[in-house]
Amino acid sequence: MVAMLLYALLPLFWLLVNASKSRDHLYNSFALWFAGDFALFENIYRVFTFNDGIFLRWFGNTVLYVVVGGGGAALLATLAGYGLAKYRFPGRRAVLAVILGAIAIPGSALAVPQFLMFSGLGLTNTPAAVIIPSLISAFGLYLIWVYAAEAVPDEMIEAARLDGASELRIFMSISFRQLMPAVITVLMFSLVATWNNYFLPLIMLSDPAWYPLPVGLNQWASAASSIGGNAIPELVITGSLLTVIPIAGAFLYLQRYWQSGLTAGSVK
Amino acid sequence: MTQMAIAAPRPRRRIRRDWAGWIFVGPFMAVFALVLIAPLIYAIYLSLWRETLIGGVSFVGLENYVKALEDPKFWEALARVTVFLLIQVPIMLAIALFAALALDSARLRWVPLFRLSIFLPYAVPGVVAVMIWGYMYGAQFGLVADINNWLGIKIPEPLSSSWIMVAIGNIVTWEFVGYNMLVFYAGLKAIPQELYEAAEIDGAGAIRTIFSIKLPGIRGAMIIATLFSIIGSFQLFNEPQMLASLVPNQISSYFTPNIYAFNLSFSGSMFNYAAAIAILSGIITMVVAFIAQNPEGLFTRKRKANSLEEEQA
Repeated sequence: MVAMLLYALLPLFWLLVNASKSRDHLYNSFALWFAGDFALFENIYRVFTFNDGIFLRWFGNTVLYVVVGGGGAALLATLAGYGLAKYRFPGRRAVLAVILGAIAIPGSALAVPQFLMFSGLGLTNTPAAVIIPSLISAFGLYLIWVYAAEAVPDEMIEAARLDGASELRIFMSISFRQLMPAVITVLMFSLVATWNNYFLPLIMLSDPAWYPLPVGLNQWASAASSIGGNAIPELVITGSLLTVIPIAGAFLYLQRYWQSGLTAGSVK
Repeated sequence: MTQMAIAAPRPRRRIRRDWAGWIFVGPFMAVFALVLIAPLIYAIYLSLWRETLIGGVSFVGLENYVKALEDPKFWEALARVTVFLLIQVPIMLAIALFAALALDSARLRWVPLFRLSIFLPYAVPGVVAVMIWGYMYGAQFGLVADINNWLGIKIPEPLSSSWIMVAIGNIVTWEFVGYNMLVFYAGLKAIPQELYEAAEIDGAGAIRTIFSIKLPGIRGAMIIATLFSIIGSFQLFNEPQMLASLVPNQISSYFTPNIYAFNLSFSGSMFNYAAAIAILSGIITMVVAFIAQNPEGLFTRKRKANSLEEEQA
């Protein structure tokens, strides 16, 4: 287990160490330890000012996609998972079949037609092209559904109905609270998924001003290998570190809430 | 009069409740239809046409599929992800299972530290993961070079053509081993305590308990992890595509089926052929996933009840 711990953390340690090096030391100092100069803050300053501060713009875009896309995905999955678990309605079986079937379809089969459709709708190269597809989390729906079946007693819903509460009211004031651990879990996974999303924005966006961090970073990295490109490895590495910190932070902060949700959700 | 007043609301209430589920499922299904179902239908439609510079768009039926099945590039890409699947997925899942069992055993201390640290790479963006490993692999930034100097040996260059698949496999394993570990661990935690007590009374040791209780107990989790890993392998895209910017010569434009479809569309503007390639690999993925999920079903034709549905009943 100690070996696994090292395997998991060593690359992150490498990232931290090398984000603190100037370009010269990147090339000619021991890769896994700090070099003489501590250039971390200078590197950070340069990341944010390089190319008219485009990194900050990418950062803002990522936050927008994460909040609207990832947050929206958690919301839609929660509503739908709860609806599937607690209601018998016409077409329910069809809904189940369609969702289960769609989970098995690889996203790659859909990326190209998704792009063409969104292009036909005039949505490509806008934030909507990244946000709308991010709103679907089949895994999230599954987790909420399994969780809701156990965590929200039918008797409670029935009692609220007898008191004259509307279905939405019941959901908001009673069921939602019961679902909280699973909702946080789903939120966590959808935040990570949208923060790290690469393929979808790569296809949908052509204007760098709308890039999220991963696509922007990759553009910086590939600048090094293109002919006449300006290699900026120290900015790529420091930018990578700055991309990891917020999501890792959110992840560590939320973990005490989401782990119980995952355990309960994966029963059976 | 009173009788009617009592009787009337009942059917109305039932009807209202019957449709109430749609209030919750509706928004999801609307977006779902827009981003999944419509593009899927559109992809099938596209794959039946051909666009040529001179002749415009013409209906060609299954011609694109026939062409794909005779396309050596497609087969090479498919073979590559199949080999990747057969080697990387078992290794990754075995490590994840081992780690989960270790976390679950009473002997390990600092369980939360191990659990979180090993899971942490999952939160690292794939782009960043590829960059870190890519730089570490490379001779430029020196980890491999440092090891060579340090030990006075010459370990194989990870980014050379004969080792590039191993290099990619390692990155994918690093990214997802913690995720799978957590899926297994969650499954282990859900095993009822009585089973362990019963096993102890029967005199079962630690190894016996693992094989007779723990592994059967997380069968569902193992199936889910295997399914996601199979789908992930066939969809392999990010890691090789990003590595291509570090070592352009090792990653061909048809390295994986997904990369092939991507390049056909976005570099070659062959949208119709790309759609056929994508659908074919989608179908192959589904078939493999189905077989992996239910290998005995192939022979017995016994229809397995939908376990999700069962749970609801």
